[in-house]
Amino acid sequence: MDVVPPMVVEPGAGRPSAIKAVPIRHPGRWVATLVVLAIAGGLVYSLLTTDRYHWDVVGQYFTSRRVLDGLVETLKLTAIAMAIGVSLGIVLAVMRLSPNPVVAGMSWLYIWFFRGTPVLVQLLFWYFVSALYPSFIIGIPHGPAFSRSTNELITGFMAAILGLGLNEAAYMAEIVRAGIISVEHGQTEAAQALGMKRLQIMRRIVLPQAMRVIIPPTGNETISMLKTSSLVSVIAYTELLYSVQLIYSGPSSVGAFLQIPLLIVASLWYLIVTSVLTVGQYYLERRFARGAVRGLPPTPLQRLRRYLFTFHAPPPAPPPPTIPPGRVGGPR
Amino acid sequence: MVRAEQVRKSFGRLEVLRGIDLEVAPREVMCLIGPSGSGKSTFLRCINHLEKIDGGRLSVDGELVGYRQSGDKLYELRDAEVCHKRSEIGMVFQSFNLFPHMTALENIVLAPMRVKGDSKSVAVDRAKTLLARVGLADKVDAYPRQLSGGQCQRVAIARALAMQPKLMLFDEPTSALDPELVGDVLDVMRKLAEDGMTMVVVTHEMSFAREVGDSLVFMDSGVVVEAGPPREMLANPKQERTRTFLSKVL
Repeated sequence: MDVVPPMVVEPGAGRPSAIKAVPIRHPGRWVATLVVLAIAGGLVYSLLTTDRYHWDVVGQYFTSRRVLDGLVETLKLTAIAMAIGVSLGIVLAVMRLSPNPVVAGMSWLYIWFFRGTPVLVQLLFWYFVSALYPSFIIGIPHGPAFSRSTNELITGFMAAILGLGLNEAAYMAEIVRAGIISVEHGQTEAAQALGMKRLQIMRRIVLPQAMRVIIPPTGNETISMLKTSSLVSVIAYTELLYSVQLIYSGPSSVGAFLQIPLLIVASLWYLIVTSVLTVGQYYLERRFARGAVRGLPPTPLQRLRRYLFTFHAPPPAPPPPTIPPGRVGGPR
Repeated sequence: MVRAEQVRKSFGRLEVLRGIDLEVAPREVMCLIGPSGSGKSTFLRCINHLEKIDGGRLSVDGELVGYRQSGDKLYELRDAEVCHKRSEIGMVFQSFNLFPHMTALENIVLAPMRVKGDSKSVAVDRAKTLLARVGLADKVDAYPRQLSGGQCQRVAIARALAMQPKLMLFDEPTSALDPELVGDVLDVMRKLAEDGMTMVVVTHEMSFAREVGDSLVFMDSGVVVEAGPPREMLANPKQERTRTFLSKVL
């Protein structure tokens, strides 16, 4: 049998030349682009030329006192309801994973109830709860007690916070639980072997790692909450939507048909806040990715810059991680 | 240091440990070998109560693991007591189990600060000394994902040593490593043994068992088949099962 000579490449000699080929043409892409641009152009044309949109009214009310006050209330509701949702959600998730069946069962029951009834109904329920319990008393029998009229205690604001926050906690509990069980059991064991206690392990080891799984859906929930808070208008709480409703149905607007422009005002504000939240979520995710990836992903600005300066070519490979070559193990 | 009498453990119907009798003296290095499923890792995990035993008696440094005896009654230890006892026993896992969201240094100082209550400066000083001792002085700020398997395992050993344990447990510390990285980890363990640490090592590294081990234990299907000085046992196994196993791995 013939012996095949080994392929030996002399350094620098006979290096094959770089490939220069005619790229494939994509006529389909051009057609699709034209169709999409035509539809988009039509929409923009209609937006600009239909005077029933009343863009002048939109501009006039966009930064009006009452709209901005409503916006602040919406932001307040979103923040407080999410704070309740996240903290109660963590408690419920930890309860649900408790070895005590009663504790785990209570958590299950809570989630079952609050996920199983519409949030609109829950809001109305809290608003009317004073009909059920006219006064609110905390105390021990024959001992000191704290008592208040429920009507005083459950204002529109409280009803809104309770309705949105308690409902959100049920959803957050499931998100947090998913995050917790996504952390490998070996992590808990290693911490146990070091003598750490259950709550310490949860706080220092499990939750920080669970955050990577928890944050994206929580961002989603926050954006969803921003918009769900508009339901609060049914209990006459003047957040963003109810503020514009009050303007267009107010006595000075009779016959002016300001509904559409004012709803556009509200929608624009919802869009702006959602955009800000989306950017915030990105940076939060980036922070909790520490240690999970070799190099951090680029910020949106970095990505935009890279995209703009590499027209038609695939984006350049990300800069190599700052690890000396040859001393890196495979991904585990 | 470790004393096991008729230790039994089952997972559901499966009996994993069927009466283990063993004794590890202070400063002794004991190597546990055996086919997978023989119960050697389970036994190791019983020593720091990561697994609860179902029968027999297991004690570390003269104190029962997981229980307190008063008269002829056993009382389960409270969580805090179990944690305290675990903090005196170091453990190294096959898959390292470093905390990926912390740097090497943070991994090491965590338990001394949060469990033992050491001050930050004391913990950091000791952590840096330990990292130097395992040959990773330049990896203080590296995250585990940026380290090779052998480096990770050495950080994990440093993390366990930072608690100044009186006993170290190794659960197949080199089984997940590329062959050329095994040596670094074994060197660290060898030095540790020379410094007089009491060690129980579940391993497949027969040369380590021969050179560093003071005693060798061969386990199969939940029982100790044979135990003795490593050189003798590896050269001249008395039991047929030991001989068959060794002929496959040597």
